[in-house]
Amino acid sequence: MNNATSLIAHGLTTCEGCSMEIIARNALDVLGKDTIVLTPPSCSAILTGFGWETGWKVPAFQSNLENIAAYCAGISETLELVGRRGVHVVAFAGDGGTVDIGLQALSAAVERGHRFVYICYDNEAYMNTGIQRSGGTPIGAWTTTTPAGKKEGKKDIVRMLLAQGIPYIATASVGEIPDFRRKVEKASRVDGPSYIHALTPCSTGWRFKPKDTVTIARLAVETGLWPLYEAENGVVRITKHIKQRVSLAEYLKAQGRFADITPEQVAAMEADIGHRARMLELQECEGGMCV
Amino acid sequence: MTRLALDGDAAIAEGVRLSRPRFVAAYPITPQTPIVERVADFIAVGRLDARYMATESEHSALTAVVGSAVVGVRTFTATAGAGLALMHEIVGVASGNRLPILMAIANRALPSPWSLQTDHSDSMAERDMGWIQLYAENCQEALDLVIVGYRVAESVRLPVMLCIDGFFLSHATEGVEVPEQEAVDAFLPPYVRGSNHLDPEHPMTLNQLTSADMFTELKYCHKLALDRTIEEFPVIGAAFGVSFGRPYSLVEAEATEGADLVLVTLGSCSGTAKHVARALRAQGKKVGTLKVTAFRPFPRQAIRDTLAGAKAVAVIDRSWGLGSDGALALDVKAALYGAPNIPVYDFIAGLGGRDLHAGTISACVDRALAMAADGTTQDGPEWIDLRKEVPHE
Repeated sequence: MNNATSLIAHGLTTCEGCSMEIIARNALDVLGKDTIVLTPPSCSAILTGFGWETGWKVPAFQSNLENIAAYCAGISETLELVGRRGVHVVAFAGDGGTVDIGLQALSAAVERGHRFVYICYDNEAYMNTGIQRSGGTPIGAWTTTTPAGKKEGKKDIVRMLLAQGIPYIATASVGEIPDFRRKVEKASRVDGPSYIHALTPCSTGWRFKPKDTVTIARLAVETGLWPLYEAENGVVRITKHIKQRVSLAEYLKAQGRFADITPEQVAAMEADIGHRARMLELQECEGGMCV
Repeated sequence: MTRLALDGDAAIAEGVRLSRPRFVAAYPITPQTPIVERVADFIAVGRLDARYMATESEHSALTAVVGSAVVGVRTFTATAGAGLALMHEIVGVASGNRLPILMAIANRALPSPWSLQTDHSDSMAERDMGWIQLYAENCQEALDLVIVGYRVAESVRLPVMLCIDGFFLSHATEGVEVPEQEAVDAFLPPYVRGSNHLDPEHPMTLNQLTSADMFTELKYCHKLALDRTIEEFPVIGAAFGVSFGRPYSLVEAEATEGADLVLVTLGSCSGTAKHVARALRAQGKKVGTLKVTAFRPFPRQAIRDTLAGAKAVAVIDRSWGLGSDGALALDVKAALYGAPNIPVYDFIAGLGGRDLHAGTISACVDRALAMAADGTTQDGPEWIDLRKEVPHE
C-alpha cells in the first residue's frame, strides 16, 4: 500500500497509533474505487472529515449512529435497481454503533439479505466521545463511565449474527493484516450481507503506548481472548490456531485500563477464553452450525 | 380517466403508482398501513416497477429511503403518529440533504395516552424540520397532491409530507377520479438526480460534519428553497388544473372578502367548515372559510391578503398546542402581525379522533362572533369540544 494510490488521504487527525485507520486503509485497498463507504458519528467519522475536507477518495456518507445498516440497505438495493450491482457498499462502524445502538438496524439488514459489507472496528468503548463503556467493553476494564471497572462481560455480536444465518462473517485483528485483507476480499464477493469484526486496540482509551498497538492486538489473539475465525454459510473455520495460549496476564498488564481488574474478573475472562476455544474447535471439527 | 370508490389510503397508493417511484420502504402502522399494502400489491403484480423494502422500523424505513434517494431515484414512504416521531432524527437528514422524498402521513395522535385516531400532533411536531407539508381535504386531493407533491419536491429539491387525517380520510371511501398514466407522465417528468449523489464515477462526501463557518449558510439555502416553494407551488398547482381540471393553490378561500368571520382550517374538517359557512351565509351571516393546503412553507402573504378584508378570524387547531396556542393559530397570528387590527380566536378541537362535526364548528363560529361583537380577546386557545361532565382535574 502506498499513499499515492491509497483511497484514503494521508495526514488524517486520528490519534497516534490508531488501529481503526489501519483497518480502514487496508479495507479500501482491497475493495477498490468502486466502493461507497458510510461512517456513523464515531472515530471513523474522522476519515469522513469535517467541513470542506474529507479523507475518502471514494463516495462517502455520514450516517446517524443507530442506522448505518439501514442506509446501506437503501443504497445497496438502489444500486442494483440502477444497474450498478458491482459497487461495494461498506459500513465502517465502531463497537458502540454496532453492538449497542446500531444492533436493530444491523440485525434487520442482515435478515433481509442486502448485499453490503459491514466492518466493525472494535476499540471496546465509545472512544470518540472520550472513552465511555459500551456493550463491547470487556469485564474489568476502566472507562470514564465505569471508573471502578466494568462489571459485565463483552457482548459477542459475532455469535449473534452467526445465529441469524449471515452468509459470511469473520473476526479479524489489526495485528493480522494479511488475514484481515483476505477476509475483506471474501466478504466483498458475497451475494448478500457480510460482516467482519476487527479488534482495534486504542492507545488513548486502553492506556498503552501508541507504538504498542500491533503488539497488543497480537496478544489478544495469542491469549485466546480474540480468536480469529470465519464462517461461510454457517460453516466455521478457525483461521489462526493457537497451540499454546499466552498467559492472559501478559495482555492485561500491558494496558492501564485493567489496572484495577479483580482476580475474580480475570478468572471469569479466562473461563470465557476456554469455553469459546472449545466451542469453536467443536464447531470447526463438526463443520457445523453455531451452537 | 377512471372514477373509482377509494378511501384516502387507497387514493394515495394510486397517486404513488401513477408517479412511478422506483424505491419504497415502510413499516406498518395504523392508520397508514393500507397505503403501503396497496403499493406493495402494485409492485408485486407489476403495475409499479419499483423495489419494496419492508423495514424493521419507521426509523429504518426513512433511513433506507434517504439512502436510495442519495443514489438517485424517486422514492416513497408513509407513516403515522408514533412512527413519524420515531423518524424524527431522519426527517432532518432528508430535508437537510435536499432529497425530494414524498412521505404520506395518515395523521394520528401522538402518545400519551395512546390513540389510534387522528389529530395533527404528529405532523405538527415536524413542522420546523424543513419539509414541505401539505394537508388534503378529501380523498381526491390525497391522490392529486401526491402527483403535485412530487413535481414540487423535485423542482425545489425538498421532501414533502402529505398529510391526511387518520380514519376520517384514510379509511373513508369517496368517489375519486384516477388520472390516466399517460397524462401523469406528461405532467410529472422522469426523475433527475440531484447534484448531491453517491456514485463512484463522481466521488463526493455527503452529509458532512459542518462547522459554524458554514452551518448557517447551508440552513439559509434550505430556507431559500422553502421560500421558492411559495412561488412554485401555485404555478405547479395551476398547471395540474390545466391538465386534470383540478387546480391547487397554497390556500383555498371562500367568501372571505368583507366577511364578519373567516374560519381557518387544515385537513378533512375543511369540508365541514365550508358546509357550515355556506349554511350560515344562506341565513345572511357573513362567514367565510380559508383552507390551508400548504402549511409548510407557511403562506404568510396569501393568508394576509385573504384575511385583510375580514373583521375577525377563527382558527380551528386539530393539535394540542400545549404550553402555547395551537400551531395553526400561532402562524395565522404571526402572518397578521402589523396588519389592521383583526382579532384571531383559536379553538382546539377534534383531538385523538374526536369528530370535528358541524356542531363543533358552529360553536366556534358562535363563540368567535360573540367575542368579536363585544371586543373580547382570548388569553390562549379555547378547548371548544370539551366534555363538560368529565372532571378536569
